[in-house]
Order: sequence, then C-alpha cells, then structure tokens
Amino acid sequence: MSDKHTLTMDKPVEKSLLDSGAQGLVGEALDRVEGPKKVSGKATYSAEYPIENIAYGFLVRAPFAVGRITEIDMDAAKAAPGVVDVVTDFDRFIRNSAQGAVKEAPVQGVRDVVYFGEPVAIVVAERYEQARDAASLVRIVYDEGKGSFDFEAGISHADIPPDGAAPATFEQGNIDKAMATAGVTIDGDWTTPSQNSAAMEPHASIAMWDDDGLTLYGAYQMPSFDRPSLADALGLKPEKVRIIAPYIGGGFGGKLGIAPESVAAAIASKTTGRPVKAVMTRQQVFDATVRRSNTKQRIRLAADRNGRLTGIGHESHTSNLPDEVFFEPAGIATHFLYGGENRKITHDIVRLNRMLAGSMRAPGEAVGLLALECAMDELAEKLGMDPVELRKVNDCEQDPEKDIPYSTRSFTECLDEGAKRFGWEKRNTTPGKLREGEWLIGHGMASAARGNMLQPSEARVVLNPDGSAVVETDMTDIGTGTYTILSQIAGELLGLPIDRVEVRLGDNAFPPGSGSGGSFGAGSSGSSVYLACESIREKLAKAMGVSPDDLTLKDGEAIAANRHVALRDIIDGAIEATGRIEPGEQGEKVKQAGHGAHFCAVRVNAVTGEVRIDRWTAVFAAGRILNLKTATSQCYGGIVFGIGAALTEELVHDPHNGKIVNRDLAEYHLPVHADVPHLDVTFLPERDTHANPLHAKGIGELGIAGAGAAVANAIANATGARVRDYPITLDKLLGSLPPV
Amino acid sequence: MKTFDYSRADTPQDAVKGGAVGNTRFIAGGTNLLDLMKLQIETPERIVDISRLALNEVEAMDDGGLRIGAMVPNADLAAHPQVIKAYPVLSRALLAGASGQLRNKASTGGNFLQRTRCYYFYDTAVPCNKREPGSGCPAKEGFNRIHAILGTSDACIATHPSDMAVAMRALDTTLVTLKPDGDRRRISIHEFYRLPGDTPHIETVLEEGELITHVELPPAPAGKQAYRKVRDRASYAFALVSVAAIVAVDDGKIANASLAFGGLGPMPWRSEAAEAALIGKAPEREAFEAAADALLADAKGFGSNDFKIPLTRRTLIAVLRDLTEDAA
Repeated sequence: MSDKHTLTMDKPVEKSLLDSGAQGLVGEALDRVEGPKKVSGKATYSAEYPIENIAYGFLVRAPFAVGRITEIDMDAAKAAPGVVDVVTDFDRFIRNSAQGAVKEAPVQGVRDVVYFGEPVAIVVAERYEQARDAASLVRIVYDEGKGSFDFEAGISHADIPPDGAAPATFEQGNIDKAMATAGVTIDGDWTTPSQNSAAMEPHASIAMWDDDGLTLYGAYQMPSFDRPSLADALGLKPEKVRIIAPYIGGGFGGKLGIAPESVAAAIASKTTGRPVKAVMTRQQVFDATVRRSNTKQRIRLAADRNGRLTGIGHESHTSNLPDEVFFEPAGIATHFLYGGENRKITHDIVRLNRMLAGSMRAPGEAVGLLALECAMDELAEKLGMDPVELRKVNDCEQDPEKDIPYSTRSFTECLDEGAKRFGWEKRNTTPGKLREGEWLIGHGMASAARGNMLQPSEARVVLNPDGSAVVETDMTDIGTGTYTILSQIAGELLGLPIDRVEVRLGDNAFPPGSGSGGSFGAGSSGSSVYLACESIREKLAKAMGVSPDDLTLKDGEAIAANRHVALRDIIDGAIEATGRIEPGEQGEKVKQAGHGAHFCAVRVNAVTGEVRIDRWTAVFAAGRILNLKTATSQCYGGIVFGIGAALTEELVHDPHNGKIVNRDLAEYHLPVHADVPHLDVTFLPERDTHANPLHAKGIGELGIAGAGAAVANAIANATGARVRDYPITLDKLLGSLPPV
Repeated sequence: MKTFDYSRADTPQDAVKGGAVGNTRFIAGGTNLLDLMKLQIETPERIVDISRLALNEVEAMDDGGLRIGAMVPNADLAAHPQVIKAYPVLSRALLAGASGQLRNKASTGGNFLQRTRCYYFYDTAVPCNKREPGSGCPAKEGFNRIHAILGTSDACIATHPSDMAVAMRALDTTLVTLKPDGDRRRISIHEFYRLPGDTPHIETVLEEGELITHVELPPAPAGKQAYRKVRDRASYAFALVSVAAIVAVDDGKIANASLAFGGLGPMPWRSEAAEAALIGKAPEREAFEAAADALLADAKGFGSNDFKIPLTRRTLIAVLRDLTEDAA
C-alpha cells in the first residue's frame, strides 16, 4: 500500500528535517556505499550482463559527410564468418543522439547522411570480432552532397534558435550607448573548440525482446526520459520499454539522451530474434554521440572608473546540425553573475555538417565563463584594479535582469575566503615579470556560477520492521555519489545506520526519477526520498501516538515521550511511501544559483610555452553539502575539466569534411594526473530554503564554471600575453615569450 | 573475419623460420601492433610471438659499449644502472615516453618499429599513402599539428613517434638482426630508417621476416647528455619536438656534438649540418643559432605545424646552453 507524498516548490521550506536528524549521516564525508562493488568488479555495467544466446552488434558508419545513400551492399558482410545479419532501417535508425530531458525520439532516418561517421547500419554476429570485421566489408553507395564545414564563413548567415536553457536573445538598455560613454571598456572575441565528454565507459546497449516488449541495458543518464524517447523511436508505447542502468561509467552529458547504438541494437534484436549487444568503440563515441559545440563569443564590458559595470554584452555563435534546436548557452551565467544596467546576451547557431552538438558538463557556463571571466580580468588590468575587488564591486543585491532576489548568494564570501586561503595578496602583480629559472610564474582567479535547477522526481521507500529500508527510483548514479547520498538521506530521516539502507537505481521498474543532468540530480531525487521518508515518519508518529515533530529516530529505534521503542514493536509489516518533488514558483520568484571562486598558480616555460599548474584553491557555496567527500570529488572533477578546457582539450574537425580528426584518447588530450596539482576545495556553509527541502543546490557543474578562465588569467599574469583562443596550447604562446 | 596464424618462438632461429612468408609480424609487447590490428590498419596473416625469446639481457661489451637484447622492456632499460650512468640521454628518453604500464610491456626492439600517430593513418575511412599506397594524403591539406617539417614528401608528412629511437640515433646505435636465411646483419641506425619518398609504407630497411635481436651502443661518448621533450601535456603525449643531445666542450670549444630530434621527421632525425655548425666553436649563442639555422634550413610547415619551426629553434638553443653552461 503506497500513497504519494508530493511537494511542489511554490514556497520555501523553512525547516528541513535533515537539521533535526539524529543519525548523523547527512553532510559527513562518507565513502561511496557502492565503492567496494566497483573496485571488485561486482558492479555490473550495461555491456556486462551475461545473457544467453547473445549476439554482438557493430555499427557501420557512413564514410562521408553529406549525401544520399543509394545502396548498402551487404553481401560480403553477410557471407563473412559468424555473421547473423546486417540490419538497417532507413526510417527508424536515429541520425544522432537525443538531447537531454527529451521524451521524443531525435531526428530519425539515415538515408540522407549529414555528418561524417553517421551510423547507418549494424552488423550482428556471433562474436564481437566477427561483427567488427564484417562491418568493414559493408559497402555504402551514395550520391555525395554539398556540406557546410566552415564555421567562420557560416557566421554571416547564422540563425536564431528558439529559447533553450537560456533565452536565445536578451536585451536590456543599450549596450552600444553604454560602450560609447563608459570610462573603460573591453571588446573582444573569444573562441572555444568542440569538446567531447569522453566518459570512461563508452556508450553501450544490450537489447532483448519478450512478450512485454523491449528490455534495454543501456548506459543512460536519464532513464525516465530515455524510455519514452526510445519507445518513440521504435513506435512503441513507453510502458513497452524498460531501461536498466544501475551503474554508469561517467556521463558528463554524453549519455543524457539515447545514442545511435540503442535503436540499432533494438531493431537488430527484433530482426534477428536474438539479444543484441552493441558497444561503441572509443572512436565511435568521438564520431557519433554528442559534442560540446565550438563557440565564438564577443564580450563587451563597459565600466566606470571605479570598476562598476554599466553594460555587459555577450554575443555567442555556436554550431549544430540542421534541425537541431540546441545551442550552447554560453551567456547563461552572464544573465545573473554581475550587475550592469545595459545588457545584451544572444546566441546564434551556425549550421554545420559536424556531429551533433549538445550538453556537456555545465553547458553554457563551462565555455561562457572562459570568455566572460577573462574579459573581467582584462578589465581589472585596464583599471589597475585587483581582479577580486572588481568582482566584489559588481556583486549584486538582486538579479540584475529581473526584479527578484537571489535565494542565497555567498559570492563575495567565496571570493574573500578563496583569496585568503590562496594568499592572493602575495600574488604577482606585474605580468611577465616573475621568473624562476626557465619558468614564468603567474597567478589568476575567476568567478564560478551555475544556476540551480529542480526537476520532477519520484522515489519509493520501504521501511521494514527489522530496521532496514529500501529506496527505489530510476534515478541514476553516473559516478557522482547518488547511491551514497540517497542512503544518507534515508538513513538520517528513518534513523538507520547507512548499511541498513539499500538503494536501488536506474531501472524503469522503479518510480521515475529526475535522472542525472544539469546538477539537479541530488536535489531532485534526494527530495523525493526525503518526502517519502517524511511520510513514513508521520505514520510512525501516528503509531506511537505522538506528533511527528516529537519523534526522534535513531539506530532502528523510535524515541518519543521518554520511550525508546524498536521499530518492530511499532509496526507489524513494512511501511511504504512514495515521495514526489515538483518544481514550482520558487524557480521564478527567486534566482537560485551556486557560486564560487577559483585561484591558481601556473608556470609557463619561457623557452617552449609549456604550461604547468602548481597550485589551486577553490571555494564554493551551494547550499547544504550532503556528503563532503563526494561533493569535493565532484568539484575536483569539474576543476580538472576546466584545466582540460584551458590547456589541452580540442575536438578537431577536418576542414574539408567536418570529420573528427583526433578520435582517440592518445590525441584528444584530457589532462593526466601530472597536469593536475593538489586541489584545495572548500565549501562555505549555506542553506537554501528556496531550492528544495534538503536546502541543497547542485555542485556537479559548479566546479568547472570559471575554472579554465582562472588558468588563462594566470597565464596572462605569467607572460603578459592574452590568448583568447582556447585551448591555450604552447604554439599560441610562443610569439609572446621572451627571446631564448 | 581476418584470421591469422599464431605461433610462439623459443629461439630467434625459430622466430625467423618461414619468416619470409608474406605479411608476418613479430609481436613482443604488442603495445602498438594490437591497437593497429583492432583497427585493421595492420592485417598480418601470421603472428610470431617473440616475447619469450631469451633476448632480455643488457651486457657490457669488450669495447666498453653495451649490448641490449631486443626483448628488454623499456622500463628495465631505463632503470639499468649502466644506462643511467653512461647513457643518461637514453634513460631519460625512455622515461619521457608512454606511461608506466606501457613501458613495462614495450620492448626495445619493438620501440624502433612504432608506427606513426598521424590521425589520418589511424582512420581507415580516409585515404593514407602509408596505410594504402597511392590512396592520397589528407594530412597535408587537413589538420597537421603533429606532423613533420623535415624529410617529408608529397606522399607523406607523418612523423616517427618514438622517444627511445631519438636517443638511440644520437648514440650511433647499431641494430643487430637475424634474417630468415640465418644470416646476421648489423645495421647502423643511420641506415635503418627510410625517408617516405613515394613509398611511405616502407619505413625501414628490414627485409620480410628479418628480426631485430640486439641493439649495440658504442662506448659512452664524451660530453654531457640531455633529452628534452616538448609536448601538449605533462605526460602521456607524443613529442611535438624532442631533442637528444650529447655535447663535449674542450678548452672553450665544442669538441663533439651529437644531435637527434623527435617530432620533426619521418624518422628520428639527425643533422650533421647542425653538428658541424657547433664543432670547433665557442659554446655561445652564435654557434647555437647557427646550429638551429642549419637544422631548419629545409624545414617546411604545412599550416597547423608551422609552430614547430620556432619551437625547435628555441628548444635546441636552450638545450645547448644548458649542456655547455658550466664549460663555457
């Protein structure tokens, strides 16, 4: 028996039960509860399920960028040893991955190819190696079409998309006038390249059919959305599809929506009557899933002599395939980070025949702040002002575009605490002048900001008389710590040790969760567990004959009115409750965001331009921290992403066909351990009553926001050179280095 | 499926037996060959596993040199006391390459035979003259940041990726081989590699089935040694430019110089002209610049790799200055 306890966030939740929990779990730096399973190989990832009679699928890619397929000659492949079938479906195969939080299929149909490497067929064989080999025997006959590959050339006829995560176009006051009359201005173009999430686990699906429909073991971040999306692609009702994804080896946006291997595996399984496993190769992940768009961003800053901004312009061009509405919302944080009454923030899409552009960790902020925060640094330099002071001068009392307050904003506190921990007052103040042997030393900082979101999410909690509990939701843990924080929340509210709580995730058989994306997973799914537990607490209180406020639960006992009672003496059978959180008016009535500041010290080799990072301090404020360890790890990961964006990561497109040139991890340069110094991460205490009943905000993407800009600013401080074209590889610094 | 025969050799003679049969590959560490086979860039019909051959000794030779078995792992060679002491350029070059795991597997002999990391070579959906002779070279007009500036041809602008082989070239190494007919050959490293010309798929002078069994280093040369590698991240990246240098200064003049370079050419590059510009000169800026001029006289960039020319100049000058600082 279950009732649904729903909360819509129309009003702040002033009192969180987490503050009166007696178990002492929430906030602690606890190890991941599923950690031992992961390090001992017992956590089963999508490609690892032992399925009887399984066949292996290997995707066949179009070896051209644009054109219409006239024939797929499969004869040689079908005749190859072990091949069960070669399957395609020109109508149903998906052209590219789905975007995040979308319940419809992405663009379907692969007869007309629009990017190099588009998957157009799947070879199914008894063994993986046989399928891979036979895929090379499939001959694709096509009429080549004319494509667009030149981003710069496309800017003149870019199109304005519909609003996305940020408005496509926003204007307030008159930025041109502000620039013309300002005491000090900055006006420049910054460029960032395409990037790939490059999660450790490649995209993988096992598809199998029975009378109930399709079961898909698939490495997807948002099963409650991926289910209807996949069903739509296959022409099924959503309830005929079940996605199972208890463990996911990283996502970073790359696995938000269904990817081409899922539909191909499902259709191939239907056609062959066999369960089919399709695992993308690393090269296919680079070629045919989702990239972060390259961007060109014009930043204009107008300020008075005291550094107070009077105008901000942030006009971005990004790229995507035809028919895709997603744009990289590079100006998303610019809307609320700083004041300034004259504002223009726009996003245009250049249509290119490059693989799909979509969400990658902190879509918008991750690249937008690479531009904005460097422009702020240039402004500080022009003003002769401490860059920290410039940010503080432009901190706001309320949202600079809407007449609403921030829910919480500890921005200045983060700047001050970061500066103190880093020793900012001892920084190099003369660019290009601090040298140790062959190395130029520089210090840089940047602000971090990332909007907070809430998504509908449900969870079911069962409390057993023996003092154990089970939490079920199709929310995922993509390596972020969901298993752990949901265990902590349930344990805290039901008064159970953490090892008495079992959390089951990533299965459409469970109530629909928010999924992992947009840093909303912890707040959304955590709130649903909170609400279910709240409901259970009310039932226990009633059974005890006390008010819920007078009930304390700890170590499997209920404590009220001077009585300690074991759970089994209160309840005969299991108590079950479902909690559901819904976003409400609090999303509009206040501006919710996490804030922070990055500080780093770099060395630039005066001979070669090689950059090494020596030291890093970051301070964040993001509401309640649910688990200090997993939260800190999220920030580490974000900062490492930022270091990659600043120094090494660039997904290169061939200028003639848009094809991904560097399609492996040897040449797509993620930072390695030796590129990352000790990271000093601190959270300021904060509670956000407007966000959710947990009072917690998202952190998964806050850490990357601004991180790369701190590196760029430190490089400028070390060398005196402002490189506005990311990544800042050594070739871009050579011309600015002193003579050897 | 492309099947291949697999056999394990117990002796070098065993390994080369029948070695002239077309398209045989020896496999030692397999750190490059296995990747290439998975991608069907290498499609051998026959694999001879040489990883258990008793060629894993490092021995002192009568002339004071060092004889290194072809199966000695890169990690062991880098850590060998005699290598660290007498051939530090080699130890440092080895440690600058790959990762700890790969160095444990990779063999000395195999390291010489790494294939290029050219992006287009690695993608069978596009032309590549090295992979498919006569098909074309998209790198020249495409993205060529990691490509060669010396020794290129119309057919190919790929680089040789090894660090170890660069140090070996500076050390005037000799490769000892065993041929299928039982003959042994001694090949100077200076004769070992071939320029691409119009046959970029032929990279060395090794004949079909010929096995590298040993590497011989001459007695340690006079002078100081250095290996400097410039790359895009702190570890686990191929050289944009690397310099292996051995320089001896005597009586205020450069008496001897041996310079080899990685990341610049289709083979570990050696420039006699650059060395000649140094010998007999005072170890000063003028000589260093002359050496760089001589090295780069014929250098040609292809767009995204143009920066390698100034980078090489700067790196070489810095290395030479470091090596001669105390002696000047």
